[in-house]
Amino acid sequence: MTTASKLNRLTPYFFLAPAVLLLIVALLYPIGYMIYASFLDWRPSQYISEAEFVGFRNYINLWNDEAFRESFGVTLKFAAVVVTLEMALGVGLALLLDRNLRGMAALRTIFILPMMIAPIVVGLMWRYMYHPTVGIFNRTLKNWGLEPIPWLSDGTWSFIAVVIADVWQWTPFIFILSLAALQSLPQSALEAAELDGASGWQKIWHIKLPLMMPVLIVALLLRLIDAFKVLEVVLVMTNGGPGLSTEILSLRIFRTAQEFQELGVAAAMSNYLLILLMLLTTIMFVYNKAVENRAARLRAAAQET
Amino acid sequence: MSVQTNKSSSPAFYALMICLIIMAMGPIMLMLATSFKTNVDVNDVNVGSFFFTPTLRNYEAVLCNVLWYSPSSVDYCDPTFGRALGNSIFIALVSTAITLIIGCMAAYALVRFRFMGRGPISMTTLLMRMVPPAVLLVPVFGIWTFQYGLDGTYTGIILVYVAMNLPFVIWILQSFIVQVPIQLEEAAKMDGANPFQVFFMVVLPIIKPGLAAAAIFTFRIAWNEFLLGNALSGRGTRTVPVTIVNSITEYDIDWGVIMATGMLLAIPPVIFTFVASKQIITGMTAGAVKG
Repeated sequence: MTTASKLNRLTPYFFLAPAVLLLIVALLYPIGYMIYASFLDWRPSQYISEAEFVGFRNYINLWNDEAFRESFGVTLKFAAVVVTLEMALGVGLALLLDRNLRGMAALRTIFILPMMIAPIVVGLMWRYMYHPTVGIFNRTLKNWGLEPIPWLSDGTWSFIAVVIADVWQWTPFIFILSLAALQSLPQSALEAAELDGASGWQKIWHIKLPLMMPVLIVALLLRLIDAFKVLEVVLVMTNGGPGLSTEILSLRIFRTAQEFQELGVAAAMSNYLLILLMLLTTIMFVYNKAVENRAARLRAAAQET
Repeated sequence: MSVQTNKSSSPAFYALMICLIIMAMGPIMLMLATSFKTNVDVNDVNVGSFFFTPTLRNYEAVLCNVLWYSPSSVDYCDPTFGRALGNSIFIALVSTAITLIIGCMAAYALVRFRFMGRGPISMTTLLMRMVPPAVLLVPVFGIWTFQYGLDGTYTGIILVYVAMNLPFVIWILQSFIVQVPIQLEEAAKMDGANPFQVFFMVVLPIIKPGLAAAAIFTFRIAWNEFLLGNALSGRGTRTVPVTIVNSITEYDIDWGVIMATGMLLAIPPVIFTFVASKQIITGMTAGAVKG
């Protein structure tokens, strides 16, 4: 083998080395470290080598901890509610507005804004709007002679308030993806349906939605994974309260580490969250592969004929 | 694009569009308006949300130590925010640049070469995308403080931000590199270019839109991030989101000042949105919509 071809074989590794090194040092190693830390009784004042090894105690304690279970439930409920609302609104609006309207580009640009702004700032804006006296909602209610709403001081309302903020921020994501999917649909299928006299609803149910499905599933899973990452908006708006009504898991991890200084417990919580996300990602992976395989088969079949 | 058969541009659709625009912009406009209000006006329910005498004093209070004049409205100048602004800009720009360089090289290797370990590396990168920052909190704090000795330094924060963004950047750039016509690369190779020349002189110029999208997404995360910045930054390296959260107390919030701070934090992403909305949308849809 000549030196030149040896070098050629090494080329991809030169290109990859910095990224792989960085991911190992700053991502993979920390995750391994976290798994180890979850078996310790560890405080931030100690070196990790001084921490006591407690086996599965953190996991078992958490499993039996009612507050943790409630927080887990809040997380699942939050993710389910926001993703359902965002899918319904986003897809619905995209179907409604997919008709060469003038100003569509402007709408899409403005729709990106909520996603680009810092979650901290989104939390601030909504906290201000939900303010009991100077907030715009209660001021409007008062002007109409209605009772003010205890937006952030009542458990149910504060959950609703947090959901509204997230829906405001992320419905545009689903909208933009759905619109892109709609505009790349094969025009022939829609024209054929029109010749057959299909109504608007029939076209949506039997042609548009099924053809959009691959994109919609990916969008749904991406949103679902992100919904479990939400932290700053809730931190600023309610800090998890009142009670545990909005204490989503990532916020609880933050508070367990920061306020209660129990790093081992926080690591065990992180692991529960990670396992949940692993499951979701695996589903997405398997699904993506299946779609790709089907597309490849269809292409092959088309070439044969 | 497509032949539209239903040319129904009835006013109802435009009304809906205007409603949506107002809903998306409303909270931001309200923040903008409040940032020009005095505290008295904020708390006076008789003063309208959008109609009042605007003042610049909130911005003066926030930026007092970086302004070229010393504002008369500020009695005591708190330099926290000015310094944090500098930190945020530095950290976001440097980590974006490093992420892009390392990320596009890795993406190129994954798309254009067949080699041992390609499958596992590509798979791991994809999996890393879903790791939430909250999960990294404990280990990053421990490792950075006790093992790397990087707590409180720019290097420490930049290292985390680069690692956090790499998987996404690699993933998104792959879909752009696939579309580069391979004939161009082969022609360059025939002319005697080595793989690095092919990459930097042929591939990179073609995927500029992809790089722009990736840069915006990376900058946005690094600029907006709070949790890990909070755990890792020392007094001198605090970023803007960290100072904002620190200045929120349970009951008493100086709304005018905090909205001005929020506006300053929101400005760069807003500018990017208006300048490069096309690239952002392409980047957003690149992964999900293949077609």
